[in-house]
Amino acid sequence: MTTSLFGERVQRLEDPRLLTGNGRYLDDLGRDALAAAFVRSPHAHARIREINVDRALDVPGIVAIYTWEDLPERIGEPLPLLIPHPALTHGRTARPLAKDVVRHVGEPVVMVVARDRYAAEDACDRIEVEYEPLPAVVGIENAVRGEHLVHPDVPGNVGAHLVQEVPSADGRSAAEMIEAAPHRLEFRLDIERSASMPLEGRGVYARWDPDDGSLRVYSSTQTSTSVRMAIAAKLGLPLPKVEVIAPDVGGGFGVKIMHPWPEEVLIPWAARTLGREIKWTEDRREHFISSAHERGQVQYVRVGFDDDGRILGLDVTFLHDHGAYTPYGIIVPIITSTQLLGPYKPGAYRVEFSSVYTNTVIVTPYRGAGRPQGVFCMERTMDRIAAYLGKDRTEVRAANFIQPDEFPYDHRLTFQDGRPLIYDSGNYPEALRMLKELIGWDEFAKERERAAAEGRRIGIGIGCYVEGTGVGPYEGGHVQVTSDGRVHVSTGLTSQGQGHQTAFAQIAATELGVPIERVSVVTGDTRRFGYAVGTFASRAAVMSGNAIALACRKVREKALRIAADALEADPGDLTITDGIVHVKGNPSASIPLSTVAVLANPLRYAFDEEAKRATQFATAASDDKPPVAEGEEPGLEGRDYYSPVRSTFAYGMHAAIVETDPETAEIKVLRYAVVHDCGRLINPMIVDGQIHGGVAQGIGGALYERMVYDEHGQLLNASFMDFLMPYATEVPRVETAHLETPSPLNPLGIKGAGEAGVIPVSAVIASAIEDAEGIPIMKMPISPSELFHLRRTASARVG
Amino acid sequence: MGTETLYDISLTVNGVVREARVPARRLLSDCLRHDLGLTGTHVGCEHGVCGCCTVLLDGEPVRSCLTFAVSVDGHEITTIEGLAAPDGTLSAVQRAFAESHALQCGFCTPGFLCTVTALLNENPAPSDEEILEGISGNLCRCTGYQNIIKAVRRAAELSAEQERDGTGEAAPAATGAAGAPRASGATGGATGE
Ligand code: FES
Ligand code: FES
Repeated sequence: MTTSLFGERVQRLEDPRLLTGNGRYLDDLGRDALAAAFVRSPHAHARIREINVDRALDVPGIVAIYTWEDLPERIGEPLPLLIPHPALTHGRTARPLAKDVVRHVGEPVVMVVARDRYAAEDACDRIEVEYEPLPAVVGIENAVRGEHLVHPDVPGNVGAHLVQEVPSADGRSAAEMIEAAPHRLEFRLDIERSASMPLEGRGVYARWDPDDGSLRVYSSTQTSTSVRMAIAAKLGLPLPKVEVIAPDVGGGFGVKIMHPWPEEVLIPWAARTLGREIKWTEDRREHFISSAHERGQVQYVRVGFDDDGRILGLDVTFLHDHGAYTPYGIIVPIITSTQLLGPYKPGAYRVEFSSVYTNTVIVTPYRGAGRPQGVFCMERTMDRIAAYLGKDRTEVRAANFIQPDEFPYDHRLTFQDGRPLIYDSGNYPEALRMLKELIGWDEFAKERERAAAEGRRIGIGIGCYVEGTGVGPYEGGHVQVTSDGRVHVSTGLTSQGQGHQTAFAQIAATELGVPIERVSVVTGDTRRFGYAVGTFASRAAVMSGNAIALACRKVREKALRIAADALEADPGDLTITDGIVHVKGNPSASIPLSTVAVLANPLRYAFDEEAKRATQFATAASDDKPPVAEGEEPGLEGRDYYSPVRSTFAYGMHAAIVETDPETAEIKVLRYAVVHDCGRLINPMIVDGQIHGGVAQGIGGALYERMVYDEHGQLLNASFMDFLMPYATEVPRVETAHLETPSPLNPLGIKGAGEAGVIPVSAVIASAIEDAEGIPIMKMPISPSELFHLRRTASARVG
Repeated sequence: MGTETLYDISLTVNGVVREARVPARRLLSDCLRHDLGLTGTHVGCEHGVCGCCTVLLDGEPVRSCLTFAVSVDGHEITTIEGLAAPDGTLSAVQRAFAESHALQCGFCTPGFLCTVTALLNENPAPSDEEILEGISGNLCRCTGYQNIIKAVRRAAELSAEQERDGTGEAAPAATGAAGAPRASGATGGATGE
């Protein structure tokens, strides 16, 4: 038996390419393509009076200039609203180029196509757009005040309003439960905007083939299949005439799941119109002001609990800032409102949110997608309760946990996939025990004393979360064994650094019994696999991993059937080891998979030695049966899909020890520990890497990153100089431990891991700073100067 | 609007003399990527902060997005494409990155590889502090740096091993020690921590 590669720390198959400069990212393609650049709105809200392009026309190398008026009807229409929801009563989307009004700084107004990017930008500089500024709506509270409107036909700037309510077991509402509870608390929490900020921005490269009447588009996207459908629809092309490929992608973290971006429609359209190859590569400032942000929320919490800290009733009302348009619907606040519950089971729960328009960049999922805010809310609540009762924070959490024997656990809510929120499996008490041990929770008091004796201030914090991963509707896999014995695997979803080529090859190699070197994996290329949803919601391993496993099982079954014929054996007695089909316990009765692949495809023509064996005069096939048996297909290949009834639920618990400087209020994370359960691990090395990266992003979001808009809607920190992403010097070492509770929902027993690391970090760091300082931390991120001010206010209150 | 003046420049890139005709404002990053077709050097910000575009200029790391191509006429440049030995054997730094899972999307990787190659050339046995300091000018959005730090330590180890085995002496400085051929990351064997 080949040793199973599933679960091993296999080195990545993508690395040799990426370590030698042989990766192919969007801007590495199309060296001779024309370049596009955009004139973008400098105003947060303004009416476009006039656009004058005259001075741009004599820029050497200029090819074309387009404003909204130059676009054909279908291209100029508002972009699709991707995820409609009945609660999104006032959904609005932008047009690819602004018509009449711009609603955020960075909204595209004019597209220029030129010989190269330098020329295109020169031309942009010479285009004059006359604007009449309108009042800008900035900040959640200004939005709900509704004094000024982002869209004149959206009263109060409210795009969506949703209430979900789960009464207690005996039918009482959250409000009643809170009223009747022995203890009650009420408070407000704030989280600011951050962004995915992959190091590679977005980009689109389109090639129109006039002879073939077909379009090939490369996009730095998290969903090539859906971009393809959007382009075909917008350009009115038959679907088979459009192919979309996600090449190597330099990070996504959510922002690239949004689509079609204006550029994903405009560049292919212009390529077809001009009959030329055109490429657009986003620059960093463009990414800040025209791609998506996330996280901004204001939350109001009311909670009632008993003497043990058990939550009897929880009522959360929050405001979510979704920016100027809602192309991605209200997925983010829906996730916040449902995943807020984490590993806990409050007696009764009511959640209400309003999702509001502001004159800022759109909000679409960023790694974690609404969960970091939800977890922040719930975990701050746990800490508040513990502080109020004078209890250990872990005890209060433990008192509220769903117990291992309560799975599947039905929260009686509707999740982001429109399905009931039912947790599949988990062991929360065990995870907490492991975490306390890993970080040394019970010994920390002594540590704190020792530190205090040295004049140092340290604190410990904790955060727990549950993450719905692997949401549907489906993914597929195709597996083909060719006559050289190689295994070609493809799946439609895309990769942005998650090591799918390796993890999926591990699955295929294990399922088929072939050496991993013979397996190659293609993702995100619609030429190879046309049906897919995309990479988001920590779903790739669960969805495509299982689909590929199922496709491999089909191939294996077929291989054994053909080999059984050739070996005159029973398929049940056969197995595959190292790419060779043989009788169990008798390796000499064998046939290589490569030969099985030859035999699987009855041939007329021999194009090489191997192929001869399958030609019509060479096989001993019986004369009275068709060469391809009924119900069979030629070739050794299989395709299958995985479509789950509902999501799997991964979970984890993090703890951190921080030190705050008594004078400068500088905050340093001394230790960071993670206990994580994403079911069975395909490649622990890759999973750990995902967690490390997620925690680093979380640290960024907790201590450094925020989008600083002024009252006019100008983003003041739209560069890496001013938007502070953590360097190696800011990120603590992450200590990890894994639990592996298999998911009962899928054949491989896996759950997703992509977002786990980032989700609880703000909650954990707030908890730790609060512990160190003894001051409630109700807003994140927090900078040293904010902590300094909090100290001042707190001491003023005492003094 | 007039046409720009073009300048003929000649650079030695990865040991090969390359010529280009560029306007004065052409960034070195663009010249390498688009004029010379060496797209391994990446551009993450074009304002000198992320370090993705780091290349070695006469052995020293520089940000090619802050450097004009005309200003390095006549100089030697090493890019990620020039780090492996001519026979394709990965350098110690490249191997260490694969072994330590120090890259995910790979976009920041060219900058880190060049930076670390220069770091270890200058200081073959850096302390943890020195490693942190050495890579503190490069952003990575994927890895959380933990495995990059591990890779730098591992690269120092690998180089030292090669030094001991006497296999490293022929390696040109900029490519790091080109060790005895051994399985690259592509073999997919299980590796321990
Ligand atoms: S691209 Fe040069 S430092 Fe970012
Ligand atoms: S590996 Fe993606 S940015 Fe570093």
